[in-house]
Parts: sequence; structure tokens; C-alpha cells
Amino acid sequence: MESPVSTETLRPTGALDGWAGRFAELPDSVALLAEPFHAMVDVRTADPAALEGLVGAPLPGPNAWTGGERVTAIRLGPDEWLLTSPFLAPPELEAAARAAGAAALPGARVAVADVSAQRTTVRLRGAHARDVLETGCAIDLHPRSFGAGSAAVTLLGQAGVVLLGLGPSDYRVLVRSSFAAYLAEWLLDAAREFR
Amino acid sequence: MQLIRCPWCGPREEVEFHYGGQAGVAYPADPAALSDEDWARYVFVRDNPKGRFEERWSHAAGCRRWFTAVRDTATYRFER
Ligand SMILES: [Zn+2]
Repeated sequence: MESPVSTETLRPTGALDGWAGRFAELPDSVALLAEPFHAMVDVRTADPAALEGLVGAPLPGPNAWTGGERVTAIRLGPDEWLLTSPFLAPPELEAAARAAGAAALPGARVAVADVSAQRTTVRLRGAHARDVLETGCAIDLHPRSFGAGSAAVTLLGQAGVVLLGLGPSDYRVLVRSSFAAYLAEWLLDAAREFR
Repeated sequence: MQLIRCPWCGPREEVEFHYGGQAGVAYPADPAALSDEDWARYVFVRDNPKGRFEERWSHAAGCRRWFTAVRDTATYRFER
């Protein structure tokens, strides 16, 4: 007999759940992986120093991300950052950002919104990862201009994405959940010539 | 295809941008006092120079911020 559905038995699902089989057909040179759920919180503030304690690093300037394992800060605009965490639940990350804003600097103004449901996360790595991205992205992805710590809000194929450089031939792509299937198909197609 | 320089993100491909028309069009100080003709003029009529033109642009697929840029309408070349 099936167990009854309740909030205890419901588990979070990702927009790319069920794609692992097709991703697994790719060679190691273009490895594609739907990453586990990341909590995401949008922060707008003129006082980014207030969030340094939470992120564990100064908030990044243009085209960059900073942070560590626990919380990552990605710059979206001149007064806007996206905080992500694979470990904290969305309400915890939102509360932590609010608390940091309120506590760190007297009078700091920090607007915080949970946007965890907006985007899903894909990891692309391997010797041909950059080649695949370059078939549909206008950013200069050569390591001398886009390496570990780089970030760009841009277009990949026809989808708006947040692209993060994690290391040599190692990228994380944040894509809106409603575009995730499109982007997965696009990446699988772009990867074909590098098999 | 050309690169447009966003003041917040740096040079990006033009497809990331949305054009917003002439910059510096001031909202009427007393809109209720305008005649229909003057209101239509404010809403619809814009300069159309050949050459230097101050324009509003939005980095729609990037930081989503609006900015003002000067472009030559004949050569498409942006200043700065
Ligand atoms: Zn921008």
C-alpha cells in the first residue's frame, strides 16, 4: 500500500530530474550534471559589506562571484547579488541574509527575496566544456578573461543564464526552471560534435 | 553584430540589449495643462538626427539596468 502524501513525504524536485540518463551518455570531455537543489536569495543593497560575514568574503564586483562552500555571492547588477547555498534551506538563507543586513552595519538597507524556485543548476565540465559553451555564448570564455571566480549574466543559446567559472574547463550554469529543458536539449545537441 | 559597453558589465553582444529611444525627454511639468497636440508631441515625436544621438539602452539579458549612451546613427558607432 502506498503511503499517504503529506508535507513530510513530499521531497523537493528539480526541473532536470529525469535527465540523468541522457546526460550520462555524454563522454567525460563534456560531462553534464544536474546539480542538487541550491537555495537562492536575491539581495539588493547599497551596503554590500553588511553581507561579508555571511558569504565569508567581500561581495564580488562586476562579472565575478565570491564565497565558499557554504554560501556563494554572484553579482547580478550594481546593487544586486544572488546568494546561493546547497546546504541551507531557502528560509534559512533568507533569514541569514536579513539578519546579516540588520546586524552588521547600523542603518544598512538590505532588501532580501527568496528566489530559490526561479532557477535550477547545471554543471558542465571536461576538456570540451568551453567548446560547447562557445557555440552559443558571446562572452569571451578564454581562461585569460573568464576563469575561476568569473561570472556573467548573459545568453546561452536563446536562454538567459547566469554562467559561473569554477576552474579550468569547469562551469556552473544557472537557468530559469522553465528554460531548463530547452537548455538541456541545447547542451546535448551542442555536445554531439565533441563526442 | 557589435559590442555595446554596459556601464555596469562592460562590453557585451548587442543582442543582450533593448533599445529605449531618445534620452532626456522630460516629463511635462504640468501635464494637465497640455493640449492634445502637445501631449501627442510629448508621447510620439522624437528627434531623428543623422549622426550623434543620445539614447536610452537597457541591458535586458544582463544586469537589466538602464543607461544613456551616445551613438552615431549613421555609423552605429558608440562614443566611449
Ligand atoms: Zn549590464
